[in-house]
Amino acid sequence: MAKFEYAPAPESRAVVTLRPSYGLFIGGEFVEATDGSTFKTINPASEEVLAEVTEAGEADIDNAVRAARKAFDGPWGRLSGAERGKYLFRIARILQERAREFAVLETLDNGKPIKESRDVDIPLAAAHFFYHAGWADKLEHAGLSGGSGQPPRPLGVVGQVIPWNFPLLMLSWKIAPALAAGNTVVLKPSKSTPLTALLFAEVCQQADLPAGVVNILTGTSRTGAHLIRHPGVDKIAFTGSTEVGKDIARAIAGTRKRATLELGGKAANIVFDDAAIDEAVEGIVNGIFFNQGHVCCAGSRLLVQENVADDVIMRLKRRLLTLRVGDPLDKNTDVGAINSAAQLSRIRELTDIGEAEGATRWTAPCVLPERGFWFAPTVFTEVSQSHRIAQEEVFGPVLSVLTFRTPQEAVAKANNTPYGLSAGIWTEKGSRILWMADQLRAGVVWANTFNRFDPTSPFGGYKESGYGREGGRHGLEGYVTTGATR
Amino acid sequence: MSPAPARGKATQTNAAAPNAAGAQRIEVRKTYKLYIGGAFPRSESGRTYEVRDSHDRFLANAAMGSRKDARDAVVAARGAFGKWSGATAYNRGQVLYRVAELMEGRRAQFATEVAAAEGLTPPRADKVVSQAIDRWVWYAGWADKIAQVLGGVNPVAGPYFNISAPEPTGVVAALAPQRSSLLGLVSVLAPIVVSGNTAVVLTSEHRPLPAVTLSEVLATSDVPAGVINLITGRTGEVAPWLAAHQDVNAIDLAGAADADGLVWAELERASADNLKRVLRPAGDDIDAVEPDWSRTPDLTRIKAFLETKTVWHPKGR
Repeated sequence: MAKFEYAPAPESRAVVTLRPSYGLFIGGEFVEATDGSTFKTINPASEEVLAEVTEAGEADIDNAVRAARKAFDGPWGRLSGAERGKYLFRIARILQERAREFAVLETLDNGKPIKESRDVDIPLAAAHFFYHAGWADKLEHAGLSGGSGQPPRPLGVVGQVIPWNFPLLMLSWKIAPALAAGNTVVLKPSKSTPLTALLFAEVCQQADLPAGVVNILTGTSRTGAHLIRHPGVDKIAFTGSTEVGKDIARAIAGTRKRATLELGGKAANIVFDDAAIDEAVEGIVNGIFFNQGHVCCAGSRLLVQENVADDVIMRLKRRLLTLRVGDPLDKNTDVGAINSAAQLSRIRELTDIGEAEGATRWTAPCVLPERGFWFAPTVFTEVSQSHRIAQEEVFGPVLSVLTFRTPQEAVAKANNTPYGLSAGIWTEKGSRILWMADQLRAGVVWANTFNRFDPTSPFGGYKESGYGREGGRHGLEGYVTTGATR
Repeated sequence: MSPAPARGKATQTNAAAPNAAGAQRIEVRKTYKLYIGGAFPRSESGRTYEVRDSHDRFLANAAMGSRKDARDAVVAARGAFGKWSGATAYNRGQVLYRVAELMEGRRAQFATEVAAAEGLTPPRADKVVSQAIDRWVWYAGWADKIAQVLGGVNPVAGPYFNISAPEPTGVVAALAPQRSSLLGLVSVLAPIVVSGNTAVVLTSEHRPLPAVTLSEVLATSDVPAGVINLITGRTGEVAPWLAAHQDVNAIDLAGAADADGLVWAELERASADNLKRVLRPAGDDIDAVEPDWSRTPDLTRIKAFLETKTVWHPKGR
């Protein structure tokens, strides 16, 4: 079946005004780096340079942590929860008001389809601020004291390091609960997607947020490594690779610094023979091709019951032929650009290994743009559990298909990973859903759906997918102390 | 280890007492062994070490657990995890309560051992035993309430049912407190297993005997084999193997306070290799202090070894 031919429907870039260069946001002001280092951020769909961005060094980190401490000890710390909450409500509203601008900027800097940044990333980011705003004056009702009788208190200065796959959304997951609980933050966005965090700094200015409550330090992984080791940081919140997460856990060992780590995943998306197959196929597509597969909880391992495997794979391939890969700003685009040259080469390397190890590769036929970083949706069949594409996080639009016969076998295969972030179950049998959900060692289980997110819903992993939760009442826990043993 | 000459009189319940006929009866002493997978092995290393009381008098030769013993214990704990975590909360609550019941019947023995180990007066030791028994009762009651208190339905903005509930994290290694040989041990152990975790515990190094007697209680209670494993020996020698073990999900460092030859920062660092959940010892900065275990606990120690699982399902007609 051929794909419908649509006329181009590009979203206008005019809503975004890019500055040629951006400083660091410290103490409420944009400042240059002490040593003047800069780097460039590009549009991964065209390799066009978007802006020059500042690389924060140790002295800048020092300044930012000091500004955050001053705000914590000063105006922010003195503010009542109710007044603190009003700032978060303001931020939520400004994000809604400037949603289109944020969506276009996110798509330019990240390469994700505009329909995703417009309909998922930005609305959810605003929702996170709105949800947490309401907690600011209700923390003593959140059940966080554990019976100690002590009201929850903020931890102090929080160092936050976020990835490039959902730049503004990850910022909101980090900053909203931290501020609601009364902390101040120093946040480092990813090197390849700094622009929406810098635009967020302007939102903080528009909201008249007291200076130093939010500090944004752009930079490289070096900047992040220094930030998490800074002695003035009381807590670290990190989303990123398991490898870096382990480095952080080592770096804070023997200190009283706390951490929440939201790391990698290799989720199984399990399809039983009694599933609504067409719905399951939509869920498989959403699970692995949403956001180019740059999703830590992506359903990257399809486990399909053997007796329906051929049918599911046939329908899946047919569906993939209709996916539109290309210009992320086009409102009809389903799959955008790979975020960076480095990520593209990682995907290529692992898919080459997949073929070399004996799996069968199928790639949706599509014409990819000449400039920019692109990878067509790809499905591997004949995958065995020991294959690297079944074990390692590809973080791209690449699905590995395995089969099973019994529910027990599905559970054993699904859990056969050091990760434990998410899982999917597709069956029409209610008791099987609940039994499977109990058996799967994963922090989020989607049954007859996939990749759903909400500010009220705790998100985070088991095992080497990290620890701590983000979102919901549980997410607040990482940002308060109740004076108990820990 | 070669037995050292006994300094002072052995005090393992007054060694010899005249019987009714006036002839002396020699007391039958107990062999103190490890508790792994529901069995009482000696250390595979063949090693023992002398345990002395607070007046430095010989009490017993305890098994000196080794790396291999710790690894065997982890295998036992992993094997027991599925069934224990899958048991109903009501069942786990009853099993923990049963431990309290059986301890009550052995309180004289526990009191004697605690008094000898910790140098307490008999009334004081008796009180500590009461507190330890009551701690099991307190935690037993939590088994079927944790999910209600810590979980709940999340009001997501869409047509979905969305629920979060706590689950046990898996195999938990614990360094039992060094000073409080029974109450401290129970205060660390009960919150680990109540939610469905299984435990590998390194007992107090110098005061291990109450822990061994507790293992005898556990073996005759309804706690399934492998759910709780107790290893006596050198904390500083065995703890690093547990901290680095890839099939241990979490570690409780309570017993790092006053442990010989042990730096808790190094254990936490080793734990990062598979991202173990680490419950740090109480104290500030690098200090580790043993807390006052007589205080009524809160949920902190239970929560340290839980994961939150969130399940979504669409709603529709």
